Amino acid sequence: MPSTAYHAPGTVEDAVALLAADPTARPLGGGTDLIVQMRAGRLSPGAVIDLKRIGGMSGVHRAGDAFAIGAATPCTALKADAALSAAWPGVVEAANLIGSVQVRNRATMAGNLCNASPAADSVPALVAAGAVCVIAGPSGQREVPVEAIPVSPGKTSLAPGEFVVEIRFPPKPAGGGDAYLRSTPRTEMDIAVVGAGVSIVLDGEGICTAARIALGAVGPTVVLVEDAAAALVGSKLDDDALAAMSQAVQAASNPIDDKRGTVSYRKAMAGVLARRAVLIAASRAGAKA
Amino acid sequence: MSKIRVSTTVNGDAAEFLCEPTSSLLDVLRDTMGLTGSKEGCGSGDCGACTVVLDGEMVCSCLVLAPEAEGRTIATIEGVAEGSVLHPVQQKFLEHAALQCGFCTPGFIVAAKALLDRNPDPTESEVRYWLAGNLCRCTGYDKIVRAVMAAAAELRQERTPA
Repeated sequence: MPSTAYHAPGTVEDAVALLAADPTARPLGGGTDLIVQMRAGRLSPGAVIDLKRIGGMSGVHRAGDAFAIGAATPCTALKADAALSAAWPGVVEAANLIGSVQVRNRATMAGNLCNASPAADSVPALVAAGAVCVIAGPSGQREVPVEAIPVSPGKTSLAPGEFVVEIRFPPKPAGGGDAYLRSTPRTEMDIAVVGAGVSIVLDGEGICTAARIALGAVGPTVVLVEDAAAALVGSKLDDDALAAMSQAVQAASNPIDDKRGTVSYRKAMAGVLARRAVLIAASRAGAKA
Repeated sequence: MSKIRVSTTVNGDAAEFLCEPTSSLLDVLRDTMGLTGSKEGCGSGDCGACTVVLDGEMVCSCLVLAPEAEGRTIATIEGVAEGSVLHPVQQKFLEHAALQCGFCTPGFIVAAKALLDRNPDPTESEVRYWLAGNLCRCTGYDKIVRAVMAAAAELRQERTPA
């Protein structure tokens, strides 16, 4: 294996410079994907840039009623933050379905996103929540929606020298609720066969005024299904609206056949899980579904 | 590539080591420091045999780069017993025959102690979920779970003033 350097810069600017200097360099958050891929010989970066010594990179930050999560924040730290767990329970639960406790004490949502697996558990929940990534790079900082990061399995839209600094959430809307569900043969240490993230807003009458529905493991990237959301908006989440939503979800699913699930199973389960997730999100929105 | 000097604390004692940039913490613990209690099972974070506690949180030491340990505090299986006095988790593993080949045992004990340190009264279900990242191919887990429940009960007694 060619030798790999290790750097632990103290500032975002130094990290960008190190990443820009070597296109094969990789940022290191929790390492639960990166180090595994290096050990397996699938990646041989010229340098590993550890982000955890950069101030503010680890932790949940709050500005008013909006949360921002540093890129190096491990999944278990999200669960330990009561305010974040109350505002975005679907996101926190999704992140805490990943791996084992040992893995979640290291693994980060930014890493889960930038590993660009279509089956990443936290990503559909982040997309449903309308979360945005703050990206640092050689030409400064930019913000892009989470769904714009993965472009195909293992590939992201990040340019050389760029890395995700922070994941920002919109202010939690009044009457909002979110949820994430996945289908796996066993409950722990497994990879989603299908995942569904939902965020909805209900008004005082129980009418859905906004929705975002995102699916995992049914296409080359996590997909935001606008037709499914549109089927809910204006309804009281009655059976007809839920059936139309499930149908839109199935239509948007374009999964592969593999040892973990067939195309027809994945499509059917996507519809089922999205429906269940909508009902959980609705109960969290505090209104009757 | 030149080696990196790392200063850390292992089982309460200051420790310094030299390592390659991408050596794992597990390799350094075992091969440089001679702490061979932590085992390498899978090397990919699936089996938990290499579990150590890093700054208070249990992690797979095979998935930590050794230079990441700079300034951090590490607790390994070697620090669980106090001298020749076994920790209740270790004692109950013996009493309940919660091990056969023993390869996974250090990881299970470090993980179980990490649970009981923060939750002295776990349900069986909580124990099973907490230990989901530790694989045992011998016991079928039942005796391990019983040993952890028994250790929890004993620790609660020790902690309750008479």
